Amino acid sequence: MAPPHPPHPRTLFDKVWKSHVVEPEAPDRPALIHVDLHLVHEVTSPQAFSELNARGLEVRRPDLTIATIDHSTPTLAAGPDGRRPYVTARAEAQVAALRGNCARHGIELFDWESPNRGVVHVIGPEQGLTWPGMVVVCGDSHTSTHGAFGALAFGIGTSEVGHVLATQCLFQRRPRTLRLRIDGRLPPGVGAKDLALAVVSTLGFSGGTGHVIEYAGEAVRGLGMEGRMTLCNMSIEAGARAGMVAPDETAVDYLRGRPRAPVGDAFDRAAERWLALAGDDGAAFDGEISLDASALVPMATWGSSPDQASAVDAAIPTPGTATARRALDYMRLEPGKPLIGTPVDVVFVGSCTNGRISDLRAAAAILRDRRIDPRVRMLVAPGSEAVRREAEAEGLHEIFLAAGAEWRLPGCSMCIAMNGDQVRPGKLAVSTSNRNFEGRQGPGARTILASPATAAASAVAGAVADPRTYAVASHAG
Amino acid sequence: MRVEPGPPALEPFRALMSRTVVLPHANIDTDQIIPARFLTTLARTGLGPLAFHDWRYHPGGAPKDDFVLNTITAADHRILVAGDNFGCGSSREHAPWALTDFGFRAVISTKVADIFTSNALKNGLLPIEVDAATHARLIAAPGADVVVDLEAREVRFDGRTTAFEVEPFGRRCLLDGVDPLGFILSRLPVIEAFEKARAA
Repeated sequence: MAPPHPPHPRTLFDKVWKSHVVEPEAPDRPALIHVDLHLVHEVTSPQAFSELNARGLEVRRPDLTIATIDHSTPTLAAGPDGRRPYVTARAEAQVAALRGNCARHGIELFDWESPNRGVVHVIGPEQGLTWPGMVVVCGDSHTSTHGAFGALAFGIGTSEVGHVLATQCLFQRRPRTLRLRIDGRLPPGVGAKDLALAVVSTLGFSGGTGHVIEYAGEAVRGLGMEGRMTLCNMSIEAGARAGMVAPDETAVDYLRGRPRAPVGDAFDRAAERWLALAGDDGAAFDGEISLDASALVPMATWGSSPDQASAVDAAIPTPGTATARRALDYMRLEPGKPLIGTPVDVVFVGSCTNGRISDLRAAAAILRDRRIDPRVRMLVAPGSEAVRREAEAEGLHEIFLAAGAEWRLPGCSMCIAMNGDQVRPGKLAVSTSNRNFEGRQGPGARTILASPATAAASAVAGAVADPRTYAVASHAG
Repeated sequence: MRVEPGPPALEPFRALMSRTVVLPHANIDTDQIIPARFLTTLARTGLGPLAFHDWRYHPGGAPKDDFVLNTITAADHRILVAGDNFGCGSSREHAPWALTDFGFRAVISTKVADIFTSNALKNGLLPIEVDAATHARLIAAPGADVVVDLEAREVRFDGRTTAFEVEPFGRRCLLDGVDPLGFILSRLPVIEAFEKARAA
């Protein structure tokens, strides 16, 4: 029976937002929003715990809080004496501080010995902690990753980490909404990272500021969950608060059987709720943009912000602004010359953007029966212990090692370069991570962002390369 | 909701008259404001010497004589005028911690990133977005005397007044020098009722 008056059509965001409003927004006060999942790591939490401890406050919902160590942790194995090769005593002390804070407040920590440890935005989905319709926060801007499930997921600062620890709530103004329709299908050899870079270059570095992006359209539906995570992950690189994808059967199938997902009848009931979160027909967005996926090619950045990206096989652009000129000067790239063929010193595969099993498979497919150029140093850091186990079970690590790459322990590694995994001054890296800022991968380091396939092809060539020119051992059919 | 007078955690911010420091580059990201390798600290203080570290020092650690932050006295340069889209990138609150520890109390750009804005307002640092014309005049006048008036929500400079917007609750917290946590804690009964209703 149709209701006499159809309800006001609502977007996915509207539905998730409304169900988490503890107290509505008023002119003099933001909405008070409840948080379902708070992910914590060693780098942005110590001052928040100190604040709680100084005020004599408890963590209100340790049951909704999960901690991991990933940012400043070494990716080389412990020595014979069992000591982990931390970059500094301070890095080690920060991990110890998180351990102490978690023990004191009863928070589950995925520590070194845990089979669940990994990069915070890899383990949430992988463990089935991230569900559609949740509000997920973390003191990390790439929390937008979890939006792939139709969760409202965003990064917060350390003061807000303290607010959530103490109250499980946050003050938030309602963001604006932007729908990004990506129609058509991605051509062969073009992946989610290429799509993400195309989105960021289309929107511009601040084009999403103040907005939550809902990614829709055939190309988004056609992505697996890992591809959707890559896409949502880089929403922040356009300045957006969050990225979201409507939950569908792909999301439900991904979550079924995950360790922390509901089980049995509870799962079926949850799945029904999750599928009902998709936006209603006719729901209004504050902005709409569309992109054609079928026209996309492998992408690479040429500048020092993630929006400064173009087709990997395009010429390095002629700078039209002082910002672009400065970026090309920093990158030591010459306008008009092809980017392909630019000598590469370092290749990094990993991070919350591209450290999942499908990413490692894409890189390994190109490296199989090949060797990387001897001048290139290549690091592969799986996104989690679970990804590492899966990759090793498939023999991917042997492909990487045989090709001449280093197979590291899970962690953020060379993406944020605060654990000692650094690109040396002036060296050029092709990296599957998310930021190519000046010095991001080490002081003076130059970074080209690209997909795992492009990174692997570049490692083989010893120079920026188009992965489509590297025939991948053909699959059946 | 009334903002209840609690003990100010920060110096209340009402109006500020100071000279400006201009960093004209667009898209100054939080990795420039404080590089990630310095985030292994357990403290939120003492980060001023690391502000803009890699722009400010030679690789060996010697200060670059021609970099503006090395040529001014921080005490009378409390307003940073930056190029478009300031504070983009990571959520690290170390960025406003480093800027305030250096001595800044306000940042003016055409656009300030969301998470940076949220973090700044909680640390006594006022992010201000102005129109392109006002911004261009400020960029062209390093060291200018500027008044930032949070009560009036105005920037006054060179005989002209430019209004700016600031999220009202963040403004109230800044004016009173208080952190929002106390207000959220005062809502605990409502939060508990919300959780109870959801669990039912």
